[in-house]
Formats: sequence, C-alpha cells, structure tokens
Amino acid sequence: MLARSLDLAELRAVGWEARAEGLCKGERCVPLPAGADLRDAARALGMAIVEEPALALWAVGPESGGRALTSAVAPDLVLPDLEGRPFALRSLLGTKVLLVAWASW
Amino acid sequence: MWQELRAELHPRGLEIVTVALDSGGADAARKWIEAARAVDSPGGTPVDSPGGTPVDSPGGTPHPALIDRAHVCDELFGIVNVPSGVWIDERGMIVRPPETAYPRRPAFLDREIPADATPRLREAMEANRRLRIDAERYVAALRDWVANGDVSRYALAPDEVVGRSRSRPMEHSTAAAHFELGLELQRRGDAERAAGHFREAHRLQPENWTYKRQAWALAGNDRDRLYATDWLAEVKKIGAENYYDPFDD
Repeated sequence: MLARSLDLAELRAVGWEARAEGLCKGERCVPLPAGADLRDAARALGMAIVEEPALALWAVGPESGGRALTSAVAPDLVLPDLEGRPFALRSLLGTKVLLVAWASW
Repeated sequence: MWQELRAELHPRGLEIVTVALDSGGADAARKWIEAARAVDSPGGTPVDSPGGTPVDSPGGTPHPALIDRAHVCDELFGIVNVPSGVWIDERGMIVRPPETAYPRRPAFLDREIPADATPRLREAMEANRRLRIDAERYVAALRDWVANGDVSRYALAPDEVVGRSRSRPMEHSTAAAHFELGLELQRRGDAERAAGHFREAHRLQPENWTYKRQAWALAGNDRDRLYATDWLAEVKKIGAENYYDPFDD
C-alpha cells in the first residue's frame, strides 16, 4: 500500500486500525508504544516500508514471515472491467471460479 | 484464449474471470485484445496468448474481464508470473493457489524455427520451446473439479492451499513495496526514479517475472539502458525449463 504520510491511519487501507490496545485487525491486536508512527507499525507487523520522503511518499509491503496466502478464504477483490465498472469477486459466490491473471506485456 | 473452455464449462457451473495485471490499464489490455486477433507473435514473448478476452465470447454473456493496474493480485495471491490460475469454490474458498494456467498447449511450444532466423530469434524460440507447460493435465484437473467439486482430488484442503502458496520472507515484502513505489513514480512521469525501485524489486525477488516484465514494458526503448537485461537473458540464467513450475497434482 502507498502512504502519503507516516500517520498510523494510513494502515486503514489494509485493514489495521489504531485503538487503545494497539493496532488491530479484526480480533488481532499488536501493541504499539505511544507516539508510534507508520515506521514503528510496519516493523511490529513484519511489513517492509520503503520511503521517498522528498516526495512525501511511502510504500508498505505485505506482512512477511509466512505465506503469500495467510488463509484459504478468497480475498474481497474488487476491480474495474474494461469499461471501468467495479466488479466484486464476491458477486460470484455460489459459482466455481477460475481466476486467471494475464498481461499484455 | 479461454473462450472455448469457458463455453464448455460455464454451463456446468464454472465462471472464468480474467484479470489483466497491467499498469497501462484498460487501454493496454484493449490494444492487446485487438492485436491478438492477428496471429500470435513469434519468439520474443513466451506468452503469445496470455489470457481471456472479454469480447469474443461465442454466444451468451462475456466472462468478467478485469483490469488490475496496481497489481493488487500479485500481492493478494502471491502471483509471480502469467498466466496464473487460482481456483475458488462456491463458498469463496481458494482450493488451488496460483499455478501456471494455459487452456491448451500453446503454439510456441511446437513452432518450427525458420532456417533464416537470426541467432537471437533462434535462441528466443528455442527457449520458448523448452518452457514446461502441461496444459492438458491442468485442463483435465479443472474439468475434474468442475464435475466433482470438493471430492475432486484436485481440490486442496485450506491448509494445503496456504502451504502451497509462495513463502513471503521480508525481502519479498520489501520487493512489493519497491514495485508499488515504482508504479506510482512511473505514473507521475518519473521513469528514472521508478526504474531504481523496479531494479530493487527485481534484485530482492528475482523469481517474480511479473515485476520484471511489467517494468521492462514500461521502459520501452529505454529498457537496455535502465535494466541491461531482457527476458531471454534472464531465462537463460535459470534455464527455460524452470520458468514455469510444473503442475503438481
């Protein structure tokens, strides 16, 4: 995910929320010291953070240490079609799906 | 290239969703779709027919053809090459993680090398011919799953799905962050700085062909200057037979 500041609120984009008990995603909470910023949070969560401070731009990688799929539950994927209309993978519940990634390059 | 299989399996309960991992967005994908109506391209690219087009569906409604400009699927599923297929059952459970997915044996595996081919074209075509693509077994497995669902031997248990997905050490998380910054800087018109991040992504996760090929495509005529390598040079490092993982039933 891209961040425009080091504010913890940036992590909401990937489901993490700053609460009194620390940084939480669903039931899971990771304690953080007071005044922690995005760098501290990334370290605590095992996420890489790469910085372009001159551009006020940061990128946070996915959680490391495990597998690319942390669960077999398909992610809530929403992507646009050729006409720009959003399509939710969830709309195909009840059907088997073969998701094929391809590229023009 | 998925239309025939989709026409066969859609009535039996399978939808095929194609996702173009393409920072060029709909324009890049649409261009390809039109180009694909001509004969597939010789040599150079190993994916001469990389996936479904939304417009040529024979009869009925077209399958969903989605555009992933930001490569979110790379990170979400651990996709490192194309074409890759992920199987998702009726309950929204992944039953097979990303694997090489061709709907039929691609033509480049059997293409005769012309006698007057340049050495470079010859080398590229030879590399293409050595790629391991077991489309027949993949499609047979897919048909089995569509027919038998959970009891198909190809439908994997959740633990196995997770375990078979790619490992994610810190280097790969860092590579993903660099790649994302590279895409953003490219979008802002700073190709030089973008290339610095793409090179880092390539160094940290060399087996990620998606990172490489997307970055090379963005570089266009500057590819040699910015990356000093290409598909053939990179494939030769690992051996063409290792470019795609074999289908592991």
